[in-house]
This record gives sequence, structure tokens and C-alpha cells, in this order.
Amino acid sequence: MTALDDAVLGDRQRLSYIASQAADARLNVELETEGMTLNIGPQHPATHGTLRIIARLDGEQVVWAEPSCGYMHRGYEKLTEVRTYPQVTTLVNRIDWLGSFANEVPFILAAEKLMGIEAPPRAQWIRTILFELSRVANVSLFLGDLGVQLGAITPVFLAFRDREYVLNLIESATGGRFHPNFDRIGGLKDDLPAGWITETKQVMRKLRNFCDEIESLLFGNEIFQSRTRGIGVIPRDVAMQYGLSGANLRASGVDWDLRRDQDSPMAWNKVSWKVHTHPDGDSFARCWVRLQETREATLIVDQLLDGIPSGPVMAKVPKIIKVPEGEAWVSTENPLGEMGYYVVSRGDIGPFRVKIRSASFNNISIVPWALRGVYVPDIITILASLYFILGDIDR
Amino acid sequence: MSSPAEPAVDAARDALVAEVRAALGGAVLDSLVKPGDDAWIRVSTGQWRPSLQALRTVLGFHYFCFLSAIDWMPSPYGRGEDDPTQPPPERDATIRPGYCGGDTRMQVFARVVNPVTHAAITVKADVPDDTMTVDSVADVYEGANWHEREAHEMFGISFAGHPDLRNMYLPSDFEGHPLRKDFPLLARMVKPWPGIVDVEPLPGGEGGDES
Amino acid sequence: MSALAIEIPYWGQSLLRVLGGLVAVLLPAGTIVYVFLFKMMSFMQSRLGPMEAGPYGSLQLVAEVGKWLQKEDIVPTNADTRIFRMAPIVVLVSTFLLVAVVPFGPDAWFTDFETGIFYALAVSSVSVLGILMAGWASANKYSLLGGLRAAGQLIAYELPMVLAVVGVVIQAGTMNLQQIVVAQNAGAIFGFDGLGNPYVLTQFVGFLVFMVAMQAELSQAPFDMPVAESELVSGYMTEYSGFRFLIFFIGEFATAGVFAMIASTLFLGGWGLPFAWFGWDSVDSVANWMNVAGPVIVVTKMMAVTFLVMWVRFSSPRLREDQLQRFAWKVLIPLSLANIMVTAVFKVVA
Repeated sequence: MTALDDAVLGDRQRLSYIASQAADARLNVELETEGMTLNIGPQHPATHGTLRIIARLDGEQVVWAEPSCGYMHRGYEKLTEVRTYPQVTTLVNRIDWLGSFANEVPFILAAEKLMGIEAPPRAQWIRTILFELSRVANVSLFLGDLGVQLGAITPVFLAFRDREYVLNLIESATGGRFHPNFDRIGGLKDDLPAGWITETKQVMRKLRNFCDEIESLLFGNEIFQSRTRGIGVIPRDVAMQYGLSGANLRASGVDWDLRRDQDSPMAWNKVSWKVHTHPDGDSFARCWVRLQETREATLIVDQLLDGIPSGPVMAKVPKIIKVPEGEAWVSTENPLGEMGYYVVSRGDIGPFRVKIRSASFNNISIVPWALRGVYVPDIITILASLYFILGDIDR
Repeated sequence: MSSPAEPAVDAARDALVAEVRAALGGAVLDSLVKPGDDAWIRVSTGQWRPSLQALRTVLGFHYFCFLSAIDWMPSPYGRGEDDPTQPPPERDATIRPGYCGGDTRMQVFARVVNPVTHAAITVKADVPDDTMTVDSVADVYEGANWHEREAHEMFGISFAGHPDLRNMYLPSDFEGHPLRKDFPLLARMVKPWPGIVDVEPLPGGEGGDES
Repeated sequence: MSALAIEIPYWGQSLLRVLGGLVAVLLPAGTIVYVFLFKMMSFMQSRLGPMEAGPYGSLQLVAEVGKWLQKEDIVPTNADTRIFRMAPIVVLVSTFLLVAVVPFGPDAWFTDFETGIFYALAVSSVSVLGILMAGWASANKYSLLGGLRAAGQLIAYELPMVLAVVGVVIQAGTMNLQQIVVAQNAGAIFGFDGLGNPYVLTQFVGFLVFMVAMQAELSQAPFDMPVAESELVSGYMTEYSGFRFLIFFIGEFATAGVFAMIASTLFLGGWGLPFAWFGWDSVDSVANWMNVAGPVIVVTKMMAVTFLVMWVRFSSPRLREDQLQRFAWKVLIPLSLANIMVTAVFKVVA
């Protein structure tokens, strides 16, 4: 810091600069005691985005590991305070960008709850179908990626090939492959195109074949089993304390699915489907539960397609949406876990405060606990099985 | 406008709140049940940690959903749409709390769920304006560790007894607490909101009407 | 070279040997990269692979080589520069040394050692040194991890390879690779000489052990811990770019080709076809055209063996380091020791 800097910067800036250097130095000193400190990320082929894990290693064993998030923090909760309610759907599409439609739904349901509006049945059914399609798209990428992270480079191409069909379906219905922005307060933007139902049924059949293929190709492989069984066991009570959700929780033996156990205006309780759990709580269990859920999602979509009620897709809502004063919480069983929005409204055209409870934030908070004493390859296995999307962690 | 059929009385949630009040006693300052929707309670600041502890150990709310904070002060910047060439308009700066009341500008709130009965409750507590400190519940629910770090960096609330209150998302030399209402949205400060120029009236005119 | 009518001076012979060695290493490497890495892997993954450069993408390797050659030569600041520069060359040199003992015909060989296979196994360990040098000199923690993993893995899997070869040596009665080839093609199985005596049939356990150990020596999946791309980015090769990375890349596939040649020499009959088909009874009576057909036959058998290697590589996840070591020490070595004992018993009895 030169004399010129001293003259230009004030006292506060100088003090904060010194404080930040001291904080970083303290962090460096803490980490450099023994063993080797390895930075996994933020640029790394195995993390689903810019996640940085600081691991202190003793040879190949992890002594201490800590994720360092925030490389993709976009300040969504602050942004929602200056947006109108319809504009927020565009924003929250991008939280979990692989299953984007699923992010819009809890927010829209919360706003509808506060306004006292219920979308017509046809809209709810189509919402559920698109929700499950986004789950299929999201988790089929997970299944392919699982192979890559463990070294099998072929399944990911099969996954992307079959995922293209689902993305094409979502695009033909909503106009966007990745960020549909289709949900509206009171219903949906548009109705389904002609021929969509038949095509979706064919695609669901293909996806079921894909699930069978992956089950035999990857899950049946002895090397895969020896890499994932018994690795990263998370017992039930620890999972509860950290707020693990979705397949991670069900793989630890907890029979809890928000689609079944919560009252919701969506159409899940109109069709019959199974909730899959696994008693082991290890990485294999988490991957297995997700695979079964994908297959189950295709079955749900098939049943829903058979019974879509006819009618309008949009309820009568005012042109300018003003949500009455109140607070509402809605959470749904998103592909990554439980995602919820706590919407505080002050009667304005935009929300007063939105707390976004994203599934991956809780799922990754367990990483320091789960990574004690594992080998370096197991870090990747455990992260892969916990399955996170960076946009979901960092919002 | 259609409304969902709401039960006039939600027996299950009423019973839940009664049970919680019985277990927590005088800690509960206020409660609210929206039938068919959700249940809220507000506890006194000193009883924040004991209440959550009791909820977990005595009443079986083992699942930790999230923990965060709300800043009830209306933003002095409005919706960030002020024309920088005009003086800022007069805005109402009274702090009005939401459900279950409140006496301070900031409140922490957490949501916990009972995995067996699937009952859920949202617990609020005031954050004292002078000390901006509440007790940390990171030892009650381990997952609260990260949530409290985020609330600390975003709102400036200190959590007494937290093992490691570092920043979660922001760099360690970041100044200010972004989610506070008096911290402006920097993008709107740097460049004025594009909608100021050539503002067309919203469809349907000001104030909106039933279409 | 005595079969040729003209007399070639010694320096001419050496020059021909050097050129021949270059061709023998680089041509199979290029073929393997195109056929297996570009095309077979793509077809397995339900895509086409490179199609733009040349007909059906056949000139893609030329494009890749050109690309790598024109890249900036980056040496990290903290790296040990001399060792950093030497490491890829050490790895490639071991491949060239290895191909020197592979016979390509009755008279088409580079060297004719009496202890051919012994020399080959010894020289193949030189590449481990190169990998360790690369891992340490890169001044990168990922490279160091990759280098250490490689050292542990490659040394562990040397032993099963050696023991598998011992079975072949016992059965052939010689360590000279040329004579091993002749013994396979001139021999007979229980009196039936229509197939010769390829040791893949009698030494099938040894063949399996050798193939698995070869997969590990080449650092291919499921044994590619040193280059575990999803964990260590590129392992010991992370800091290499440009020409040096090209040497590593070519070296990986050249070594695969040369090891496959050795495997086909030891187990599949090398350059020869069963002598009974042509009525030959010893190496001297083999016709001259075999010197031209021999290399083609060796390359064909090499492609078959490499197909197996690459097939497993593209489909299998990778084993963890400790599982890998456990497999080598607790499964492969006892198996190959048992193979040696059974072979020795049969050799004495039968």
C-alpha cells in the first residue's frame, strides 16, 4: 500500500483491508499445520459447478474437509425484493437449473396460497406432469454423471442421449429446454400442444428402458458396487439434524415423501405410486433410491397423462398481481430434495422477503461430517451420491 | 376468483400449538394457526435456544428444515426504481412485524418438522436491536451451523456460542450485510433502473382491476 | 538380413533399424488412437466421433498432432525444470527400448537377445520412473498424488506380469522371443498340429493374469487411478501442455501397442502362422515372404489384443487405490504362482 493509497483510502477501508488479510492469514495458518492441503475445485471436472472443497490430507486419507461455497452466489433473496411476483419465476428457474420447472412451482403455490387463488384442475395436472418430467431430466443426468465420477465414461453419453428426448418434450410444451418459465400465478402460460401426450408416453417408455440399462450397466457392475457400498454411511438421526431431504433421506431409511405426506393442490395424490427407501444409508443406497425414483416418475407421468381433466389452464387473476399481506411457506419434493419458499408479502406488487430453502444447501452442509477419514476417491463418490447443483447451494 | 376449501378450524394444528404451549410454558409469546395451512409461534429471545431444544427432545421435532431472519424495516430505497435526478420520495418507515407480532426490527425464524407425525411448526424470535445477538442453536440442530453463518453474514446477527461464525458466501473482507433493507441493491445504485425512462402505464391502468 | 542379396553396411543396417523402430512404435500408436479411441469409443457411446478431418475423420490424429505442436510450452514457475522436461522423454524411451525385442519375422527383428523377455520386463519398468518424475517435478499437489498412486500401482502389477510370463518361459524352455514364437508355431497340442501351440490355450490363466496386469501397467480403467480424471484432473500429466503432453499421449497408446505386441508374441504366436500349414519344420525353412507378411500378422494380433484392452477401458469404472493393491497382491499373485506350479508339473510329467 503506497502513500497514494493511504491518501485515497480512508481509515475504514484500510482497517478492513488489514482485517481481511489477517483473517486469510489465520485461515492459512490453521490449515497448514500438518499433512497436505488440497483444493478440490472451484474448477474441477467432478464437482457439479464451482464448489470448492478444502481438504487436509494425510496421504490419501482425509483428515478434515470443508466446502467453501459462494462462487455462484447471485443474491436471489435480495433480488426478489425488487421484482414483481411474475418476474420472480424467471429468477427462480435458475436455482436448480437442471430441473427448472420444479423451482417455480413452490413459489407460485405460495403466492396462490396468499391470494386465495386455486389454479384449475387441468393446470394442476399439467404442472405435476412437467414437475415429474423435470425430475426425470434432472436425475437422468445424475445417473450418467455418476458413472463419470467413478471412472466409467460411457453411461454419461447414454444418459444425455435419452435426456434429450425429455428436454425436447419440455421445449415443445413450454418453449424452453432449460428455463421454461411456464408457471403463472393462477395456472400456466399456455395449454399443451397437439400430440404432446402421445409423444410423452413414448418418451417415458424410452426412459424406462434407459433406467433398466443403467441399472444393469452401472449398478450391477462389481467395481461400482465395491466403490459405493459402505461408503459415506449417514445414519437417520444425523440426516434429520442436518435437514437432508429427498433421496438422501429416504436412503437412510426414512419413509417420507412430501408428495405423499403433504396436502398439496397438485395432482400427486390422484395417481398411485410407490415411495422407495433403502435401509443402508450409504452411497449406493442414495444412488439406488434416485434410480428407482426416476422410474417411478415415468410411471407417474404415464398415469397422469391418462387422466388429465379438460378445462382452462388459467384461473381468473387480475392483470396486476398484488398479493395480500401475509406469510406463507410451501415446499415440494423437488428432484434434489425438499425445496421451499417462505414468502412474506406486504400487499405490494412484489414480495417483501422471500427465504429460499434449497435442498442442496442442507445436503452439502453434511459434507464436513461425512468426509472425515475417507479416502480421496471416496470424496468424489460421496459428493456424487449426495447430488447437488451449485445454483441450489449458492442461490 | 375461486378459493380453496379451507376448514374453518384445524384441529390437528390447534392441538399441536396447545401441546407446544404446554411444553414451553411462558416462553411462547404469541401463536397463530392458519387452518389448513400452517402454524406459527413466537418465543421470547432468551428462550429461543431452550424452546428449540424442547421441541427437539421433548416434542419430537427432529427434522431441521431451515433457519433464517427477516428484516421488518421497509426499504428506504423502495423497489429500487427511484429516478436519481429527482429527490427520493417520502416513504413509510414504520416497522410493522408480521405473523405473531414482534417488537424489534429483526427476527430470526426457524422451521422444524416432526418426521413421525409430519407436523411442522415455524418458530420466531425477536433479535434485540442493541446487541443483535441471539443464542446459537448449532448444538441443538447440527444443520443450523451453516444456516446461522448465512444469517450472520446477510443480516449481521451474531449467534452466541456458534463454533465458527465465518462468512458463508461472501468474501471475508466484504463490508455490510446485504439482506438488510438499508443495504441497497448495488445494481440499482450503479445504474438507474431502466424502467424510469419511457415508463408506460401498466396494463389496465394504475392500481389494476379485475380482468 | 542374410536373406537379402545385397550387402548392407553396418551403419545402413542401424539406420534401417532406427527407422523401423520409429515406424513400429508410432504407426501402431496412430492406428490404435484412430480405430479405438476415436471410432470404437464413439460407437460404444452412441455417437460418431471425429468426422471432419479427412474421410471419416481419419486425419484427425494429424490435426491433433498439429494442434499440440503449435501450443505454448508452459513450464510452471515452481517446477523442477530439468526433470519436468525429461519426464515425458523417459516414458517414451522405455517404449522404444521395449519394441527392440519384438520379432516381426523369421529374419525381420531388431535384436535377438537370448534373454529377450527378461530384458523386456526390466525395461518396461523405466516408464514408472518417468511418471514419478512428472508427478514430483510438476509442483502441483494433484500431480504428486497421481505420481504416487502410479508408483504404487505400477510396481504392484509388475509382479503378476512377471509371474505370468514365467509360465510361458517354462513351457517354451527359452527366454528368447524369436524362439518362443517358433516354439508356438511349430508345436502341436496333444499331437494335433493344425493350430500350432499358441500358449493362450495352455497358459490361459497366465494369459488372463498378463492381460489384467497389462491393463494396470498401461494405467487404463479400471486401473487408471494415476490419471483419475474426475478426481485429479489429469494426474501426473496435469501441468503438461503442448509437445510434452503429446509425448505422454502418444506414449500411452504406443506403450499399449507395444505391450500388445509382446502379449501376442508370448501367447498368440507372434509373427507366425502354424508351420504345419506350409510344411515348415524350423525357423530356417520359413519362406522369405514371411518377412513381409510377419509384421502385418503381428499388427493384426496386436489390434485384437488392444481391442480387449480398450473395450474394458471404455466400459469399466475405476477401482480405488487400496482395492487395486488388494487385487494385485491377494488375487493375481497367488493365481500366477499356482499357474507356474501347474505348468512346471506338466512340463516335467508330459
